[in-house]
Amino acid sequence: MATAEVDQQKKFKWIGTRPVRPDGLDKVRGRANYGADHALPGMIWGKVLRSPHAHARIVSIDTSKAEAMEGVHAVITAADLPEILSEESKIGEGPTNFRDLSHNVIAREKALYHGHAVAAVAATTSAIAQQALEAIQVEYEVLPHVLEGDDAQAPDAPILHDDLFTKGVEPRPTRPSNVASRTEMGRGDAEAGLAKADHVITRSFRTKAVHQGYIEPHAVVATLGEDGRATVWASSQGHFMIRAYCAKLLGMDQSQIKVIPAEIGGGFGGKTTVYLEPLAIALSGKAGRPVKMVMSREEVFRATGPASATRIELRMGCTKDGKLTGAHARLEYEAGAFPGSPVGAAVMTLFAPYDIDGCLAEGYDIVVNKCKVAAYRAPGAPMAAYAVETVVDELAEKCGIDPIEFRLQNASREGTQSAFGPKFKRIGNIETLEAAKAHPHYSAPLGPNQGRGVASGFWFNGGMQSSATVQVADDGTICVVSGNPDIGGSRASLAMMAAEEFGIDVKLVDPQIADTSVVGFSDLTGGSRVTFATGMAVVDACRDVIRQLRERAASIWGIEVDAVKWSDGAARATNGDAGLEPLSLRDIALKAARTGGPISGRASLTARGVGMAFAVHICDVEVDPETGKVDVVRYTTVQDAGRAIHPSYVEGQMQGGAAQGIGWALNEEYIYDADGKMENPGFLDYRMPVASDLPMIDTVIVEVPNPTHPYGVRGVGEVPIVPPIPAVVNAVHAATGVRITELPLSPPRVLAAMDARRN
Amino acid sequence: MARRHVSTRVNGEPVEFLCEPHQTLLDVLRDELQLTGTKEGCGTGDCGACSVMLDGRLICSCLALAAEVEGAEVRTVEGIASGNELHPLQRHFLEEAALQCGICTPGFLVAAKALLDGNPDPTEREVRFALAGNLCRCTGYDKIIRAVLDSAAELRGEA
Repeated sequence: MATAEVDQQKKFKWIGTRPVRPDGLDKVRGRANYGADHALPGMIWGKVLRSPHAHARIVSIDTSKAEAMEGVHAVITAADLPEILSEESKIGEGPTNFRDLSHNVIAREKALYHGHAVAAVAATTSAIAQQALEAIQVEYEVLPHVLEGDDAQAPDAPILHDDLFTKGVEPRPTRPSNVASRTEMGRGDAEAGLAKADHVITRSFRTKAVHQGYIEPHAVVATLGEDGRATVWASSQGHFMIRAYCAKLLGMDQSQIKVIPAEIGGGFGGKTTVYLEPLAIALSGKAGRPVKMVMSREEVFRATGPASATRIELRMGCTKDGKLTGAHARLEYEAGAFPGSPVGAAVMTLFAPYDIDGCLAEGYDIVVNKCKVAAYRAPGAPMAAYAVETVVDELAEKCGIDPIEFRLQNASREGTQSAFGPKFKRIGNIETLEAAKAHPHYSAPLGPNQGRGVASGFWFNGGMQSSATVQVADDGTICVVSGNPDIGGSRASLAMMAAEEFGIDVKLVDPQIADTSVVGFSDLTGGSRVTFATGMAVVDACRDVIRQLRERAASIWGIEVDAVKWSDGAARATNGDAGLEPLSLRDIALKAARTGGPISGRASLTARGVGMAFAVHICDVEVDPETGKVDVVRYTTVQDAGRAIHPSYVEGQMQGGAAQGIGWALNEEYIYDADGKMENPGFLDYRMPVASDLPMIDTVIVEVPNPTHPYGVRGVGEVPIVPPIPAVVNAVHAATGVRITELPLSPPRVLAAMDARRN
Repeated sequence: MARRHVSTRVNGEPVEFLCEPHQTLLDVLRDELQLTGTKEGCGTGDCGACSVMLDGRLICSCLALAAEVEGAEVRTVEGIASGNELHPLQRHFLEEAALQCGICTPGFLVAAKALLDGNPDPTEREVRFALAGNLCRCTGYDKIIRAVLDSAAELRGEA
């Protein structure tokens, strides 16, 4: 595995510069192919019939009328897919059970949420497919449903799964429950710590489900031939994930499925699982034609994502001079219709920025009759940070200590025992706090009705498995092949690391994302892992090639390979052998045929030594005292990137995460009617931030290199969404005096809180 | 229902196609004319990914019927560059990293061009309001707004 063999103080030629991304041109000219842009000869269109009930037993499905329609080529139900046994999966992001995944892709026996797929058709046109859906007759026995996490725990609550018994409690329950599991994590004695405190704050928080909100709906084209081999073109965060899930759900071998990655139009965690892909393969097999399926935006809202709705009860205490002594949290996260909310990650992250002797977090994973949640950027952490960071703000206020100073006094640092297990290695918590404190924004004057809030955030980042191959063309140019969809500039960062390794112009490096049959396995694009982990694989593969280039040079020169070094794009004899002019990459490549054949390198690894990420955000809001409308008027993000390979795309992650978090804080929420039907499944009513809602978002990249990565990289994609909610809420408090413990901070809610305070 | 014959111009070229009366301009651009640069993000006119110019006016092509473009001039993202020379907006989007996933980029480019065609010297606030009909979930808009302002300055000969 690549080790930190690069001098961390070295001046780099490419690392830290801002070249144009290699895939950019196609994307500004409209030529890049996303999920819905693919078409094949003879292709037909698939559509999904979805449950109109939040909870219902499927008594019967009569597809005969649909099948008889002209232009309809296939109709499938769960009966057309194999029955899958309960088995935990390690493939995607977050816990998944294959049986649950199968039942989420198409309902078997019961529909568990409004929008749950129950049948699918493929027809010559999408209009005929739509008519065919209307001809399918489903007899439902409507069952009582439960929509809220607290209601789901009531003794008489409708039970979603008769075989779900709460895990993690002793003795093992004898009755099924909607509480899928209980987990806890902590350090020391939380109650003893709280007892030592001079100030204890107790608060209860609620957040609603929010969607990842990628602009590209899920889309796929699939063919399944008579030989049992399938080819899938799909937009996702991991084509190896699609291959593995489809093979499992359809009873196929992975070698029978080739998945070709399309460009991905945003994912944020929401495209780390399958919805349409297994259905498209099954429909294609039945129809004998390629099948294309594209979700409508309404389907995206009703049947994919979202992030968990949560309820968090938190007690935190500190001494009067501002030392945190104890904390206790109870976190209830809705998983949707199947177990698997990110409450486990929330339990692990929530106290990470702080060194607290006694802390305990209990997490509950709760099923309800709503769409199964999916990963969303630092899954589980933003809601937990909302609770902790607003209570920390309140404690700092009680102590009369500046909120950044309070955080510095209590900050976790290298060697601090984390609540989730290991001691922290080299981390940049202190450095980001210091940088935030020193930023001119933090001391700038505020206008009338304005307030300033700050908040910290933490995220683990991911390592996992990656592969890369590096090929040398005979003109001395390089092709870097990897298996991770590029969701925001990773081709650029991989190419830059390769150019740095070889010492050649980045324009001579062609980074390609290959399908599942071409490159070694890679875990999905998630966990902020690609530039870190796939970057390590690319660096290792480059070093494999450089070793071969040195061997070729040694053989051309007739000297020992140890006497050849590689620097600045050329092999050089180290012993000052007279007359040995350096051999460039091109020189050696041209002679490859005569010195041993084509030159290529490869690496496959499980990346260890992940660099954990910290961020601090500063937010100024202005609150309209008449309407309660909150405007973010200035925003600064400070983040430890380890090292920014391409700073523009690091800044872009910081700005984008901030914007999503601001939307989560102020506007976004799933609204359900009493029957469990989402009432706002469109961008008009599910209001994500638009350009006129936001100011410029200032960025400060702190670089505390991760010692285990060859270029010091930490992941950067996820932590930016952790601080925004509490930063906004703390700013609203500073502007108005009210602390709001339920999201979103919509004008009516803010106005009501202000009115209550005024009265 | 009989398909309608439509004659129009797309990106300066004469184009003829047959369409169903209910087919949107977006669907015809993408599925009949293979101009897949124009994207569908919502189908309800809320996200702007399908922005095109129709006779010099910015529209959501998901809200226009294909049959409406008879005799009209349609311009899509594929028609923004002059031959192989990128429009300054395209160049600034690339140089200033104003795209991450890139799915909203075609719509932003078309909408920004529509803005600058009518207002060569917009303020930041004017750019933000002109592009408020285009959703981007990746960038937080910062780099997009800067790229548009810098493109405007270049087009005015100031950069």
